[in-house]
Amino acid sequence: MKQRYYQPEIECASREQILAWQNERLVKQVHHVWENVPYYRKKMEEKGLTPADIKGVEDLHKLPFLTKDDLRDAYPYGLLGMPLKDCVRIQSTSGTTGRRVVAFYTQKDIDLWEDCCARAIVAAGGTEQDVCHVCYGYGLFTGGPGLNGGSHKVGCLTLPMSSGNTDRQLQFMIDLEATILCCTPSYAAYLAESIHERGLRDKIKLKAGIFGAEAWSEEMRRDIEQKLGIKAYDIYGLTETSGPGVSFECSEQTGMHINEDHFIAEIIDPNTGEVLPEGSKGELVFTSITKEAFPLLRYRTRDICVLSRKPCSCGRTHIKMSKPMGRSDDMLIVKGVNVFPSQIETVLLEQGYPANYQIIVDRVNNSDTLEVMVEMTPENFSDSLAHITEMEKGLVSALKAMLGIYAKVKLVAPKSITRSEGKAVRVIDKRKI
Amino acid sequence: MSIQQISVFMENKAGQLAEVTGILAQNGIDLRALHIAETADYGVLRITATRPQDAVSILLEHGFILSMTEVLAVPVPDEPGGLAKVLDILAQAEIDIEYMYSMISRDDRMAYMIFRVGDIKNLEGILADHGIPTATDQQLGL
Repeated sequence: MKQRYYQPEIECASREQILAWQNERLVKQVHHVWENVPYYRKKMEEKGLTPADIKGVEDLHKLPFLTKDDLRDAYPYGLLGMPLKDCVRIQSTSGTTGRRVVAFYTQKDIDLWEDCCARAIVAAGGTEQDVCHVCYGYGLFTGGPGLNGGSHKVGCLTLPMSSGNTDRQLQFMIDLEATILCCTPSYAAYLAESIHERGLRDKIKLKAGIFGAEAWSEEMRRDIEQKLGIKAYDIYGLTETSGPGVSFECSEQTGMHINEDHFIAEIIDPNTGEVLPEGSKGELVFTSITKEAFPLLRYRTRDICVLSRKPCSCGRTHIKMSKPMGRSDDMLIVKGVNVFPSQIETVLLEQGYPANYQIIVDRVNNSDTLEVMVEMTPENFSDSLAHITEMEKGLVSALKAMLGIYAKVKLVAPKSITRSEGKAVRVIDKRKI
Repeated sequence: MSIQQISVFMENKAGQLAEVTGILAQNGIDLRALHIAETADYGVLRITATRPQDAVSILLEHGFILSMTEVLAVPVPDEPGGLAKVLDILAQAEIDIEYMYSMISRDDRMAYMIFRVGDIKNLEGILADHGIPTATDQQLGL
């Protein structure tokens, strides 16, 4: 297969060239942050650092980390690196105010982000001849806007479908002869299933899919590829750094190339914070070296993975990361949405339920399900079934408001939630990923 | 006169009902009426039993969640149209029935229906006006 690149001079640059870009941009970015983000400047000062101490990538390890807690403390404007007049957009993750991430973008930030997404689309075989069907959610979620922008850059005819309404998705996919599908892997699997059930396989023209925002297995990949007759590519990103396109898969499908001209990746020991040697499994940390509005330095993703500089058959020289293998915190990703057990706990307490609960995550027909088991209490019990059902509905909508996704509530008998060594097992993840 | 019904929260899983009836049996408590309202995941078991106060203490000791509810036990002639006549009286009086169920009867001429309504006293009065006395604990052997 002939390799094509969106920005070959960057994507296939020599290691020396990439390092030179990183050194120059890091130094510049540290100055930018020092001058414009007092929150981070204070962190540097606490470590006795000034921008002069950071002469290149080799000094990166000296800089303090940023975590989701910092994002909460600094919410909403504390980590902003540009005057608001220069910012043109926000994107956000779902969640409570406390956990919500609001990221800011200048027009240049959006341009560079869309370039990253364009690289992913071209790596998946996309050209200006293609029809790119984007059914990631549009709006605050980065998935839709990111791939939409990338698709424009490549010159594909872009179908901004957003999520949901499967009948309409299939109709557009068939009528407009979509060739590239962008969505979460679980939605891709669901669409594949629907196409299979309705006998529409012969009517679709898809050749590739770019699927991200949630964990998926190799089995799931093969299943989607086989059912849709496509090649399925993984894509990775997080709102904190931009959105999808921080890294993406190439034809080799052995990891995702990190766009190193924009992000410096490190792997650290999640317990000590120490940088681990290449090839070690640990927590992924990103430093954005080109972002203006939301320039996060050493942001701890909490994703556990491995980096590899092994030469890639696709010709790209940027480092590759494995699929995330887990988390170093208790965050769950359900239907592409970040869910913290503490959010669920907050809702339960607010609604007058005991903080004794269990979260069960499963994957049914390739779609994530979230169930919260709550123990009935004497206060909440009533002889009237209508009353209990009403309360249950109230809890479901409060959870939906907090998490942004539907969680089934299951009321169970008191003391029926298992406790091990006095400590409750809060999360049961039955998904086989 | 109203009687006390015990309502118990039941998780929808095998053995729950057997556990309740087992506990009551061990303590010599006789069930006189039983009804279950259920959803897919849970239900409310409604019972009237002999020695209701004892039944409550014992079930609470076993960790069940319950509440006591006042209901009326209405004697209904055990013949065609018996119940229809009573329900017609309620309909005329525009009384909403929250739920009702039948009771095990030891009298072969009369059946007893348990009624749960919003205003127990009102229903009792209306029935009395129609010459229908509600059953007492003693009559029912509770």
